Amino acid sequence: MAHLTQEPTRDETPSSGLPRGGRSHERNVASLLFLGGLWFSLFFGIVVLVVLIATTAIDGSARFDSELVTNYDSTLFPDAAGVRAALVGTLWLMVTTAVMAVPIGIAAAVYLEEFADNRRWYNRLIEVNLQNLAAVPSVIYGMLAVAVAALFGSDTTNIVLVGAVALGLLILPVIIISTREAVRAVPREIREGSLALGATPIQTTWRQVVPSAIPGISTGTILALSRAIGEAAPLLLLGVGTILFTPNGIMSGFTAMPVQIYKWTAQSQEEYKIAAAAAIIVLMAMVLALNGLAIYIRNHFQRRW
Amino acid sequence: MTSGSSQPRSAGAITVSEQADPLDPPVDTREPRDAPTPVEIQQPERRQVPDRPIPVMSCLDLNVFYGDFHAVHDVNLDFGRNEITALIGPSGCGKSTVLRCLNRLNDLVLGARVEGRVTYHDVDIYDAQVDAIEVRRRVGMVFQKPNPFPKSIYDNVAYGPRVTGMDVDSMDGHVEQALRDAALWDEVKDKLGQSAYGLSGGQQQRLCIARTIATKPDVILMDEPCSALDPIATARIEDLMMEMREQYTIIVVTHNMQQAARVSDRTAFFTARPDDTTGNRTGLLVEYARTAKIFSNPGDERTEAYISGRFG
Repeated sequence: MAHLTQEPTRDETPSSGLPRGGRSHERNVASLLFLGGLWFSLFFGIVVLVVLIATTAIDGSARFDSELVTNYDSTLFPDAAGVRAALVGTLWLMVTTAVMAVPIGIAAAVYLEEFADNRRWYNRLIEVNLQNLAAVPSVIYGMLAVAVAALFGSDTTNIVLVGAVALGLLILPVIIISTREAVRAVPREIREGSLALGATPIQTTWRQVVPSAIPGISTGTILALSRAIGEAAPLLLLGVGTILFTPNGIMSGFTAMPVQIYKWTAQSQEEYKIAAAAAIIVLMAMVLALNGLAIYIRNHFQRRW
Repeated sequence: MTSGSSQPRSAGAITVSEQADPLDPPVDTREPRDAPTPVEIQQPERRQVPDRPIPVMSCLDLNVFYGDFHAVHDVNLDFGRNEITALIGPSGCGKSTVLRCLNRLNDLVLGARVEGRVTYHDVDIYDAQVDAIEVRRRVGMVFQKPNPFPKSIYDNVAYGPRVTGMDVDSMDGHVEQALRDAALWDEVKDKLGQSAYGLSGGQQQRLCIARTIATKPDVILMDEPCSALDPIATARIEDLMMEMREQYTIIVVTHNMQQAARVSDRTAFFTARPDDTTGNRTGLLVEYARTAKIFSNPGDERTEAYISGRFG
């Protein structure tokens, strides 16, 4: 009743019934401070991001030319060094990663969501492990990929296949978790409707649940890939360096955008720093393109129940 | 001699025995239908049904548990051939649970356990030898909320025949017939390729009925099929149900007592009995009789109290 006693002079004729003003128009000091705190938190992140992008773009602006993407890296002409090998290598790496991780991730998620009996201890163990795997530092996955390569008797680890194994393992938990959420969002009524018509659980899964979940699955997968595309640590652990050719297969050596950027920033010449800044902008454009694609898929293929 | 003769594609071989009272033979009550005037709820003349149902499905001492929770206690019911049986009762009385036992949809609920027998043409559908998929092919279901698949109208209807590997001469013809039987064909014949979500709620529910009919079931379960629909759509579904009973055995759960009185031949009244110690409410069958009797001269005071709106 505080608002009634605060402003007793307000027009409150019985005929108008409702007092004006009231608690939904809070304008006291505490609420304004709180609101100010929220705005500051919001702008802090945005300002830092904008400043970073702006300074990087200004630093790299001298190298925004076609040579940046058509030229290979060069030790003789630092001002003409390009990211051609890294760009193509990253594309190879991403496609191979997706081909390996997406089917396994979707299958695992569908099993956990549709078929696993979570009263069984081993299914619960898998669940707990998945949550934890998503938080494992990425460099660990590089070590894991080296171990996998060693298991198959290969001591060359700086090839597309092993890089994709590392990144695939890295994004697998993310794909599984987002796919499970998409599958879980399919209403129970759809499953029951299918089963009540005499469809088997497997038919129901493949003909109803998974198709309905595809927008969510692809959004999660693309966001996972856009995380993997910027990973340098696991690739450095595999011994991926800068090379002067584009891969011609999954057994081919390669380099990737983050590795190229890392190597350039370690150089002392100013030209490499400029090239690195320009390459960062290129990489960021790739990530933004992937995220844009994810948003497009989410908005245009979203199902309304 | 019996209404069974109007059932050319009987799935199980049931011979109509002398259970039917010869003095009270079922008569063909197919009402002449005028041009559809959907607004008006038709009050059909009460159809004659035998004293005792000629059972297509039966529950014998049916008990259902969800974990430790005893949901339904000792239900004995016979569902008569080509009859509409209504299950009524207050919320939580187990009527939907009983319905979902009849096509083994409760199998999907973790911890659900069924005791007693549920028979379909004298075969226990919970027998280890019986496949739940086969049960569900013969016992179709229409749900409370219209739940068309996120597919085209055509694919919704064709889904059942496709997944069950039904042998149909022409899928187009099969889909058309199912939609005609569900009184939906004229409204959708020009947009079969469009999404089922573009239909109104009542049309979606009739599409779900068409989808169920398309698999040629013997029994159709309906779980409050009109509770999400407006009165006009409800009237159309009720008209449809009364046409469908010539071919199918229909078991309908409803909260709407007028609906039960309008469409059903027999009515089973359930109620919930609270457990003295845990407070859990266990559903039990109070009374099962011809609808006319239940609504005019109930044999149990709980039924009378519910029908007259004094509780529930």
